[in-house]
Amino acid sequence: MRLARLISGRLLSMLITLLVISLLTYAVFYLLPSDPAQLSCGRPCTPERLADARAFMGFDRSWLQQYLGFLGGIVAGRTFGSGAAAVHCAAPCFGYSFRLNESVTQLIVDRIPVTFSIAIGAAVLWLIIGVGAGVLSAVRRGGAIDRTAMTLSTVGVSAPSYLVGLLGILLFGFTLDMVPVTGYVPLTENPVQWLWHLVLPWVVLAVLSAAVYARLTRGQMLEVLSEDYIRTARAKGLREWRVIGRHGLRNVLIPVVTVFGLDLGTLLGGAVITERVFSMPGLGSLLLDAVGNIDLPLIVGITLFSAFLIILANFLVDLVYGVLDPRAAR
Amino acid sequence: MTVSHSEPSLATATRSPLLAVTGLAVAFEVDGETHQAVHEVTFELRRGQVLALVGESGSGKSVTAMAALGLLPATARVSGSITLAGEELVGAEPRLLREVRGGRIGTIFQEPTTALNPVFTIGDQVAEAIRTHREVSRRAAAARVRELLSAVGLNDPERVARAHPHELSGGQLQRAMIAMAISSDPLLLIADEPTTALDVTVQAGILDLLRDLRARLDMAVLLITHDMGVVADLADDVVVLREGCLVEKAPVAQLFADPRHEYTRALLHAVPQLPELRLPGAASAEPRQPEPPARPPSPHAETATIDEPAVRVRDLVVEYPGRRRDRRVRAVDGVSLDIAQGEVVALVGESGSGKSTIGRALAGLVPVTAGTVQVVGVDVTRAAARALHGRELRRLRARMGIVFQDPASSLNPRRTIGASIAEPLSLHTDLAADAQRERVDELLEAVELPRRMRDRYPYEMSGGQRQRVAIARAIALDPALLIADEPTSALDVSVQARILELFRSVQQRFGFACLFISHDLAVVDQLADRVAVLHNGRMVEQGPAATVLRAPEHPYTSRLLASAPVADPARQAQRRAARQRLAA
Repeated sequence: MRLARLISGRLLSMLITLLVISLLTYAVFYLLPSDPAQLSCGRPCTPERLADARAFMGFDRSWLQQYLGFLGGIVAGRTFGSGAAAVHCAAPCFGYSFRLNESVTQLIVDRIPVTFSIAIGAAVLWLIIGVGAGVLSAVRRGGAIDRTAMTLSTVGVSAPSYLVGLLGILLFGFTLDMVPVTGYVPLTENPVQWLWHLVLPWVVLAVLSAAVYARLTRGQMLEVLSEDYIRTARAKGLREWRVIGRHGLRNVLIPVVTVFGLDLGTLLGGAVITERVFSMPGLGSLLLDAVGNIDLPLIVGITLFSAFLIILANFLVDLVYGVLDPRAAR
Repeated sequence: MTVSHSEPSLATATRSPLLAVTGLAVAFEVDGETHQAVHEVTFELRRGQVLALVGESGSGKSVTAMAALGLLPATARVSGSITLAGEELVGAEPRLLREVRGGRIGTIFQEPTTALNPVFTIGDQVAEAIRTHREVSRRAAAARVRELLSAVGLNDPERVARAHPHELSGGQLQRAMIAMAISSDPLLLIADEPTTALDVTVQAGILDLLRDLRARLDMAVLLITHDMGVVADLADDVVVLREGCLVEKAPVAQLFADPRHEYTRALLHAVPQLPELRLPGAASAEPRQPEPPARPPSPHAETATIDEPAVRVRDLVVEYPGRRRDRRVRAVDGVSLDIAQGEVVALVGESGSGKSTIGRALAGLVPVTAGTVQVVGVDVTRAAARALHGRELRRLRARMGIVFQDPASSLNPRRTIGASIAEPLSLHTDLAADAQRERVDELLEAVELPRRMRDRYPYEMSGGQRQRVAIARAIALDPALLIADEPTSALDVSVQARILELFRSVQQRFGFACLFISHDLAVVDQLADRVAVLHNGRMVEQGPAATVLRAPEHPYTSRLLASAPVADPARQAQRRAARQRLAA
């Protein structure tokens, strides 16, 4: 009951946040001096053709009308132009890319499998490596594992991802010829090839984040291990791995989950550099493309989608937090 | 409850000691340096007996107990022998030690609020202890948990089992810890300062429970404590430790009646004594203690009555926002209190009684919901309301000093002692650097610290020295009112005794009025002209210290007084009986 009220309250505030963000992105991009109609008008661009293009895209109306039209499109879909040349953008319509002649929604949906495959796989990998290394380092503090892991994590934290990516391609792709270095194969088409193509991007992304998570986990675990309840757990006669794995880790995970949710949310919005380095047709490369070509509707759409993912991740983190930490559930 | 796993050793256990510690030495190796924490300690403990390990901080009492469990950090070097029912524990296999921990030796710790894992339910944690040592189903373990929780006197075992630690009180948590410790029918219970973090009335209940369990389960108890009252209440034998060395070992009656070692005598002497209590129905055979000489009233107290009081509190109500917006927590509920100039008034109560909140209200640190608070004639409530301007409040605070409980955290670790003491001087006066230095020297001398201490940092000082610094800082501006919030409860008794002495001399010399907040009735008796007793935010009784503490009118005051254990086994036994009659 209380949970239901909590969730509905949070959903409402999420919706309001998204509205505010949409207004801001809309304002920033549409009120800029650059004119999408000008870009798609072609050459020679006579004033008549420009006016036609503007009317077709709806840029002849006031910005508020445009914004309301945009919101309306999300709910009910919208049609640009009229007659034979009209394009329909079905609900939920987050805009229409006149450059690609495709609705933004469809463009994003097409790219989601790629980006989500990269992001989720990498996240699982870095969570396992990072938390594992952090726990081991904390438990064997000052030992060989600790020193090695912390040295590596310093390297990992400071190495730029494009460099690690390119080095990975060079070593595993060309020199050792172990994995394919570019492209994406859908999971539904060929699961083995899907996995094979993703291994390198996963490892590259995971190495960097795992370094951060190893440090975070190690610090948290050291703190938790000095808590009184760990002494109590030992005095109960529990095996050391149970003391650490159950009593320690559960408390360590509380802050780790918070950071993880937000990181994953951000990454799901597009692993820009990794996608570019590995030529993966994901949201990140779509965004780069859109920016390069000043495809404003597409930029707005992807930005909004990323914001949505982060807000959603935040919401989920809060829910999980309530489960992990009973003191927070009220 | 039966002991199943040690049947063979039982026959010998009745004759030989259950726990035998022989020539135990523990050293810690830190940065290549060896620090000897325990030297050659030897003692024995038999079934059904309570042995108290007594000592001040750093005496090695907890280290000794943790050595028996094999739970010392890896830097510890343990030599000598600890046997439990004939089995050697020093250097034992991890497997055996795990069997011993929680199986043959149950342990409870000082701070029940942190000793239980915050993310698991009580039932979970107790069941885990059971299932670690016995092969039982989850269902059977859960049933056993309920049984144990009610055996330790928890009224609603079902609810407690399903609760997380933050949902229970300290007393409930300590009972749950005890339930966990006895869950595998241990031969020995190690109780490491089991009641130090608890209120006296709660402490009395826990001590009763331990006594009862010892008798019911025929278990031995190794009691670690610094509190001579607790020793007198529970122990059969006492081992006094000092800086890792055993200084005295004696049966409890003998130790209190005739302490052999000088340190034991000093320790017992430092324990503040509660006055003889005249309780309804108390045994008349109680040995009469000589009445303590009435403390002469502070020289400033008489003249004060004609002037306006240093503090005048009328119908004070302080509410805190609760968890839910519509339910506010009333911390202080209609309290009226006067403190004359130069008078020491003690505010006594248990946790949650609102005593610290009143102190904070006087300093304008909490918003007052209703009522008036005047300090030296200034309305604190109104001054605090104009917090944005704040000049009035600042001027008012210049006339008050505050001493907090824990000097380790109330002094800035990055400032020298001299800088800390001088801070109020530079904030509130325009004394030149020279004059400030002079004043700091004067203050250091007043709190009996050598002048060279001015350049030291807090970490270089002991707890007692730090509290002296805190007092020096609080009186730097020659305040009209000093608020002391549990100023000695973080200190060892011998240090406490010296700080209280200092406090008294400083108060007489500077003549400030003082609100002395404490839970310790014996401390209050040494210091206060008047005592006000708080219970759940309400004032239940106030009056001259001698009257309130010797012949209390309100039943709560009686209960509070009767619950505080005194450092005398015979008297304590009578007081316990009187308290139990009071509760019945």
